[in-house]
Amino acid sequence: MSDAVIKPPHGSPSAPLVTKQRTLAADVWRQFRQHRGGVVGAIVFLTIVFLVIFGPYLHGINPAALDVRSRNLGISFAHPMGTDNLGRDMFAQVLAGGRTSLSVGITAMMLSLLLGTTIGVVAGYFKRLDGPLMRLTDLFLALPLLPLLLVIIMLFRDVLRARFGPETGIFLLIVFVIGITSWMQTARIVRGAVLSVKEQEFVLAAKSIGTRERRIVTRHILPNVLSPIMVSATLGIATAIITESALSFLGLGFPSDFPTWGRLLYDGVNFMTINPSRVIWPGLAISLTVLSINYVGDGLRDALDPRIRGR
Amino acid sequence: MSVELAEHPINQPASPAPLVRVEDLLMHFPVYKGILRRQIGAVKAVDGLTFDIRKGETLGLVGESGCGKSTTGRALLRLYRATGGRILFEGKDIAALDGEPLRRMRPRMQMIFQDPQASLNPRMTVGSIIAEPLIEHGVYKGEARKAKVRELLDAVGLNPDYVNRYPHEFSGGQRQRIGIARALALDPDFIVCDEPIAALDVSIQAQVVNLLKDLQKKLGLTYLFISHDLSMVKHIADRVAVMYLGKMVELADVATLFAVPKHPYTKALLSAVPVPDPQVEATRKRIILKGDIPDPANPPVGCKFCTRCPEAIERCFVEEPVWREVDPGRHVACHRV
Repeated sequence: MSDAVIKPPHGSPSAPLVTKQRTLAADVWRQFRQHRGGVVGAIVFLTIVFLVIFGPYLHGINPAALDVRSRNLGISFAHPMGTDNLGRDMFAQVLAGGRTSLSVGITAMMLSLLLGTTIGVVAGYFKRLDGPLMRLTDLFLALPLLPLLLVIIMLFRDVLRARFGPETGIFLLIVFVIGITSWMQTARIVRGAVLSVKEQEFVLAAKSIGTRERRIVTRHILPNVLSPIMVSATLGIATAIITESALSFLGLGFPSDFPTWGRLLYDGVNFMTINPSRVIWPGLAISLTVLSINYVGDGLRDALDPRIRGR
Repeated sequence: MSVELAEHPINQPASPAPLVRVEDLLMHFPVYKGILRRQIGAVKAVDGLTFDIRKGETLGLVGESGCGKSTTGRALLRLYRATGGRILFEGKDIAALDGEPLRRMRPRMQMIFQDPQASLNPRMTVGSIIAEPLIEHGVYKGEARKAKVRELLDAVGLNPDYVNRYPHEFSGGQRQRIGIARALALDPDFIVCDEPIAALDVSIQAQVVNLLKDLQKKLGLTYLFISHDLSMVKHIADRVAVMYLGKMVELADVATLFAVPKHPYTKALLSAVPVPDPQVEATRKRIILKGDIPDPANPPVGCKFCTRCPEAIERCFVEEPVWREVDPGRHVACHRV
């Protein structure tokens, strides 16, 4: 007990700061680089994003251009992924489809994450709202999704198309529909995590300091339920891409001449025996995206946890 | 204990000004059951406490697990809403305060928690943990705040360069010091120490207790020191209150209470403290209580201690003893005193 007893009198200036101030971003980045899976995932994901954004400028074939003389071709220099039954270039279609699929996936995931996290945190933190909000969640889980989607799209498709143009309108509609039908899992998981975090003593300590409820939630609760949120975010992108493709398959999504990964996959199913590459390429794109995002999420989650960081 | 501190000369029994006065404090937690979630009863965690805490003193609060010690401390700080009674802080009733007026009272009274691991947010750096009260009450800004955080770390015996570290990088004793620094940040008058040493090993316990004593001397703090470690309470407290099943059974200054306990429960409790002399220890007669502490949702009629009391008489099973002052500054609740 001799190490701590000699202290300067209260109020005396302490020694000046010698160590450099560490920033959270630098710490997180340093730890993220240690996570091999995360780095590989990030590289793959950024490559996909880069290709999808700039690819059409490098590979200058119009994805909608028909060429009946070169149908169902295999891999060649002119057509790196072959062609489909109408002679359209698959590589150009996958690139164009990626733009839609990725933006739908990411936007819908963000919307469902925002909804799910908000509802989960509010339900977990405010006891009075727990019952009503969780019953609402159960209600949404119990809804038959496909008929609901049909009704929503039938009701609003034309209104939105008229308002924002055919592509933006349907984009907004699909993002909204996917967002509001996929937040329930996140809400449940986040609520559970909040329930356990809010009983911890540091929350009580914050209360005894006089921290406002809003700040308790943002400063103490949210950062501590980050892991389940990250996991459901990465899974959410995958679900959103797949739901979008299901909608397109039913003819409720984007117009049939507008390629998305899901659409390409479903169009290719009938030709799988003749030309398996039509299923393989868009399928590979979806899988690679989902897998790489999962790894990035894994790496980020570890990097954001100070207990794992620096180990 | 190489650096034993001199006995501090704070407690004059005549000093009349209580910093905190508790009058008939009740803290009941309702019990709901059935499909309709109807209230079928209440756990009477704290059931009618009346006591004072004088300015600058340390009031030790002892009792076995589940007797309502921590609940009392938390109710005093308004972390719970008291079911009944008054809590006067410098004459102002804070039991009924809410919202912003209560928030403005918060800096005056702080808490040190039992588990230093759980009471620090694992995702915040030590600097931001200690700065949180300063930010919330807007007392220091920018560079002044940083300087204050470093000064606080210094005051509790930690290296001020640790501001950027995370709680898991510290040992238990160091974490408890961080908790103490946070409690001190707003220059409080009153600190509830909720078993601050129970989670620490013995060598560290002494450090932390002496740090608390040091700070009290320097800053004129008032402590409510909750503990079940009687020897530690003897070391730090000026007066000691003994609780049993939500009730206070005895309150006296530390020398009197340890020398001549009056309540049978206090006697039993004190007889459990080992004597550091093997010859005395071998022949010492211990009072061993039988049975368990009764369910606080369904306490016995009459004196709460009657089911386990070795001295109980018929009256104890019928009539609840009143909390009365038997000698000046000495309160007991027992029919046989």
